[in-house]
Amino acid sequence: MSDIKRITKKRKFRKDNTLYLLLRDPLGRAGFMGIALIVLLAIFAPYISNFDVAEIHSKDRLQAPNSTYWFGTDNFGRDIFSRIVYGARVSLIVGIVSVSIAAGIGFILGIISGYFEGRIETTIMMVMDVLFAFPSILLALLIVAVLGTSIVNTMIAIGIVNIPVFTRTVRASVKSIKSLDFVADAKSIGLKDRDILIRHIAPNSLASFIVQATLALSSAILTEATMSFLGLGIRPPEPSWGSMLSESRAFMELAPWMVIFPALFIILTILSFNILGDALRDVLDPKLKL
Amino acid sequence: MKNYIIRRLLTLIPVLLGISVAIFLIMQLIPGDVVTGILGIEETPELRAMWERRLGLDKPLVVQYFNWISGVVRGDFGESFRTGAKVFPEILSRFAVSAELALIACIVAWIIALPLGVLSALKRNSITDRIVRIIALLGVSVPNFATATLLILFLALAFGYYSPIRYVSFLENPLVNLEIMLFPAIVMGGSMAGSVMRMTRSSLLEVLRQDFIKAVRAKGAPERVTIMRHAFKNASIPIVTLVGMQMGILMGGTVVIEQIFSIPGLGQYLLTGIFQRDYPIVQGSVLFMAFIYVFINLLVDIIYTYIDPRISYS
Repeated sequence: MSDIKRITKKRKFRKDNTLYLLLRDPLGRAGFMGIALIVLLAIFAPYISNFDVAEIHSKDRLQAPNSTYWFGTDNFGRDIFSRIVYGARVSLIVGIVSVSIAAGIGFILGIISGYFEGRIETTIMMVMDVLFAFPSILLALLIVAVLGTSIVNTMIAIGIVNIPVFTRTVRASVKSIKSLDFVADAKSIGLKDRDILIRHIAPNSLASFIVQATLALSSAILTEATMSFLGLGIRPPEPSWGSMLSESRAFMELAPWMVIFPALFIILTILSFNILGDALRDVLDPKLKL
Repeated sequence: MKNYIIRRLLTLIPVLLGISVAIFLIMQLIPGDVVTGILGIEETPELRAMWERRLGLDKPLVVQYFNWISGVVRGDFGESFRTGAKVFPEILSRFAVSAELALIACIVAWIIALPLGVLSALKRNSITDRIVRIIALLGVSVPNFATATLLILFLALAFGYYSPIRYVSFLENPLVNLEIMLFPAIVMGGSMAGSVMRMTRSSLLEVLRQDFIKAVRAKGAPERVTIMRHAFKNASIPIVTLVGMQMGILMGGTVVIEQIFSIPGLGQYLLTGIFQRDYPIVQGSVLFMAFIYVFINLLVDIIYTYIDPRISYS
């Protein structure tokens, strides 16, 4: 009897577990594995890569993939595999930092504008509407054009661009949660606004927030790659997949591997995040399932 | 209807003003200032004072903004620092090129996305559906610049094909112009098609579940009529919304694609402005693109009322 109880209890726990539900879905599993691969590459970059990213082998320029240079070499004779591995690090760091900037500011603004109505809400949402009125890459380019190109400015630009999405998502869910009975109950027992916000509304807005964060991460990585591709993101010789792809264009016929590997890794990363974002949305918010 | 459009146009004013203020303020963040950017090491106090007077930088910020915006309203976006040419006529002529590219991309996207999206919804959970969904996911996930670079590589290696180097306008030679536009439009349209496909599938599925479709089928309407006249029309509102949003993304996308395919559109003009630190070009192009984006969204709102007369004008 006690065994049965234990098993059912265990099963119940597992079925409720987001990660379990996510990994049960084949697409979710694929996305998760893709991201895990990129994260592992980024963390263990110094152990995995064969050469330093800036190390120039002038005798081995434009070498096709071989046993020494797994993904071949570029026009300076730098090892493409090592640059791809370190590029994963750059992509993830830029993605995570910029989404943290956007999510942090967006979450606070969303909670405030959703909970307090009136002038505060109108002002915040007006600013967000204006930021939202720009195509995102355009705003990011404008900010970098003004601040100058550097890894920090790229992160700031991408962060600012993503604030409105978070503010809107969080505000919408705060508004719907606010009308539920338990918030009225909390008010009626005399809880302060701040406590209701922190203890009740914020945790309940987390589901849509997490889905948004996953999707924003992929769009942040994409924006970074695009900006670096245009020469307005990460500066060489720092390895960025976007700038590697851009540099490869002059040599594409001579050395197609210079194009193919960075392109493949950009595609793999964005695809994995999008798949995971979709799967997460289905698990956390089944009402939105397509 | 007329009143509705006028009212919607009026609500645009604060948004447009907000955009102009945002751009103006962001431009103030330039480290040092514009004059340092122009003069560089040749800077002397006299030269600096002259340039400040010439650009109106010696006046308070609010006055500077009003001077700028009153020029913009009259179609005067300022002059390029480098060439001294007026920015606005250049923006207009380059916008025509970008708009053509965006339009062809949209047509490509619709041709791919609508039939496949409908097919995928009608054959839900079949192999066809799965294949379409994977194509859509790839469309959404593969970045434009990666597809473009791979496509150029593929065309060169497999067919030895290179698109014409010199840009030719549509009026000059329509065929060569379309040849130049075709591959960039396929790249942009392909990525747009992904999300339109997904939206078509999901909104059609939602409509097909509703009772009125059962009623239409019960009265004996042929399946084609049920789908096209009843279901698809009702499913089209979210699709139109998405297409509107995508047009904005397309405007941003032109920056990258025009650079890769060397098309002299507004996106390329903006990039040139950024690289040469020619701020009137940057400021003007971004303002113009953002305005166009807002107007497209307004157009989408107006189209709604045609598709669904239940949406009230009030």
